[in-house]
Amino acid sequence: MFANLVNLFRYRGLIQSLVVRELKARYRGSVLGFFWSFINPLLLLLVYTFVFTVILPNDVKGLQPYALFMFCGLLPWNWFSSSLTEASGSLIAGGNLIKKVLFPAEVLPIVSVLANMVHFFLGLLILLAFLIGYRHWPDPGDLLWFPIAVVVQLIFTAALGLILAALTVHFRDIRDLLANLLQLWFFATPIIYYWRQENVVRFKPLFDLNPFTHLAISYQEILFFPGPFGHWKWLLSLGVGSIALFLAAYWLFDRLRDSFAEAV
Amino acid sequence: MTPAIDLRNVSKIYRRYSGRQFATLKSALLQRSILRDLSPGETFQALSDVSFTVPRGSTFGVIGRNGSGKSTALKLVAGITKPTSGTVKVAGRISALIELGAGFHPEISGRENVFINGIMLGLTKREIQDRFDEIVDFAELREFIDAPVKTYSSGMYMRLGFAVAIHVDPDVLLVDEVLAVGDEGFTHKCIDKFAELRRRGKTILLVTHSLALVERFCDTALWLDGGRVHGHGDPKRVVDAYLIDVEASEGQELATATAKAVEATSAPETGPTPTVPAETVDAGASGDPAAGELMDMFRATEGRWGSRDVEITEVALVGRDLAPSFVFHSGDPMSIHLSVRAHQPVADFVFGIGLFNADGVCCYGTNTYAEEMEPEQLSGDAEVTFDIAALDLVEGTYKIDVAVHKRDGVPYDYHRQLYTFRIKSRTRDVGIYRPQHSWTFSPGVHFKTTGRRDP
Repeated sequence: MFANLVNLFRYRGLIQSLVVRELKARYRGSVLGFFWSFINPLLLLLVYTFVFTVILPNDVKGLQPYALFMFCGLLPWNWFSSSLTEASGSLIAGGNLIKKVLFPAEVLPIVSVLANMVHFFLGLLILLAFLIGYRHWPDPGDLLWFPIAVVVQLIFTAALGLILAALTVHFRDIRDLLANLLQLWFFATPIIYYWRQENVVRFKPLFDLNPFTHLAISYQEILFFPGPFGHWKWLLSLGVGSIALFLAAYWLFDRLRDSFAEAV
Repeated sequence: MTPAIDLRNVSKIYRRYSGRQFATLKSALLQRSILRDLSPGETFQALSDVSFTVPRGSTFGVIGRNGSGKSTALKLVAGITKPTSGTVKVAGRISALIELGAGFHPEISGRENVFINGIMLGLTKREIQDRFDEIVDFAELREFIDAPVKTYSSGMYMRLGFAVAIHVDPDVLLVDEVLAVGDEGFTHKCIDKFAELRRRGKTILLVTHSLALVERFCDTALWLDGGRVHGHGDPKRVVDAYLIDVEASEGQELATATAKAVEATSAPETGPTPTVPAETVDAGASGDPAAGELMDMFRATEGRWGSRDVEITEVALVGRDLAPSFVFHSGDPMSIHLSVRAHQPVADFVFGIGLFNADGVCCYGTNTYAEEMEPEQLSGDAEVTFDIAALDLVEGTYKIDVAVHKRDGVPYDYHRQLYTFRIKSRTRDVGIYRPQHSWTFSPGVHFKTTGRRDP
């Protein structure tokens, strides 16, 4: 297994070019092309702004502008959920490669996660532009934590992506199940509501069990709330847990590897 | 020196997945379903106890019918699937020409695909850069290389895939029936490239239906049948053994087909009967009844008709060994053996034979009347044999008409193209007839004396 993990590092050239291909191919043929990666989050942000200033005005103090607060959690969530959705179908979509070419299958879900990470970064630029536009400066000291949050999320997402990809080959039901599960997970995570709200704090132990809670809170604290960043213990524990999860996921993937070429 | 490829007692069992489209998390969680999935009825043995070694630098051909396990063997060697039991060892870098352009993404350009495909096959960016021009020239796609691959024709797609794979510079090259990807010129180029790799001491494993290629190109051949090794060794010997086996089963098939055709038409005169077919018209035009029948032979539809006053009860094609057969070699003798029964004595009868190729073209037709035999008396059971000293025909499938009718063409029993046989030939000549022939050359024209040139 560890030999294979080392191989994964050797495939970085392949992963890199596949990610680039994925990004290039996604908007090939559309008029705006790569700009969609900016326009999509921009439109999303405008929709949320409209909803939470006109339709459901939210005037909780300290959470203004509310759309921006939500966006801090929503962008990483989108990265997470579309990564998992794509990763779970990645082996089936890449069936030709697995069946016909000697190809390291684990590359495929990881490419899904990384390609979506690039979209996350592009959306982040929009978020930053708006934060600056609203004169809502993030704390520079907190920003040092940002890369750490990204790395933790990357490992966590990759681990789940590997597990889902491997299992979906055998149980196609997972893809449908996953869509609904993600929907539930989204609302169970303090993204569109504030985790210090009274009715959330009451269930804090439950929320703490949800790994994405800590990612969402971390992003919100780093990007939206004034410092200092108080959630770092949770973030680091999640990081350690994610590494363990990734190793377990890789072990599972490795165990199932030989069945892919036949079951895809 | 260790061999390049070494398979020891390799078996491969696939699950059929017959009910697999309904397999769900739930059914897998119920233990019974898992047991059922692995029961023998649900599995398919693609290879059983196959062993062979391929020495370094040699070219190894695998032949066999569809479904004989050739591609499975290749996938095992490529490492794409793992054997159920046994060991597979391969020394050196492998490049598998199995599915050409398997990794191509349709939306991006040929150029980008070459790079990504090359990286997938184990090259570095640098190496691809160095070989890029060579690859593009080999694929003959220079002017299209920046167009998205989805705009390529399937031939272009395959050529590009082939070009990338062959330029990986493998130690072991696995080829699965991919030479059919281009026109003649491209095929020759591919074969030249194989020859070059061979000269450079690379090992090639070739899975193909092109027996000529195996004979010409391979040092050793392996014949797989039903997942087992049926022959192994000198290509010529193995190919010959394979051909004999194929003929035997083809004969079986033709026998079944013929039996079916006869069965379908032997129920006497049911439904609308094709009345005296066109003879009257044609005969009237030429004034010669025999000519009328011969003309009619050009209209090719299967069937059986006639009054059955005289009946052809059995037809057998007999070869050199005097046993009924359906596969003959060009130049072989053949006898068409008719058993007839006259339900009442007749004085007006003509026996006719027609020979048609697969296009329905009459290669030859004759009858006893055309050959100026005056009928006198036919009664009871009788045998008629039509001997052909040498079937001077080119390779292909042929059908036979047999008939007994009156001199004016009114049929007693007409069997239209109910009997099928196949001619095998090692010469790739064409036409509907092969005259006995020979070539003579004046001094100054020289041919190599050793061996035949294969197509």
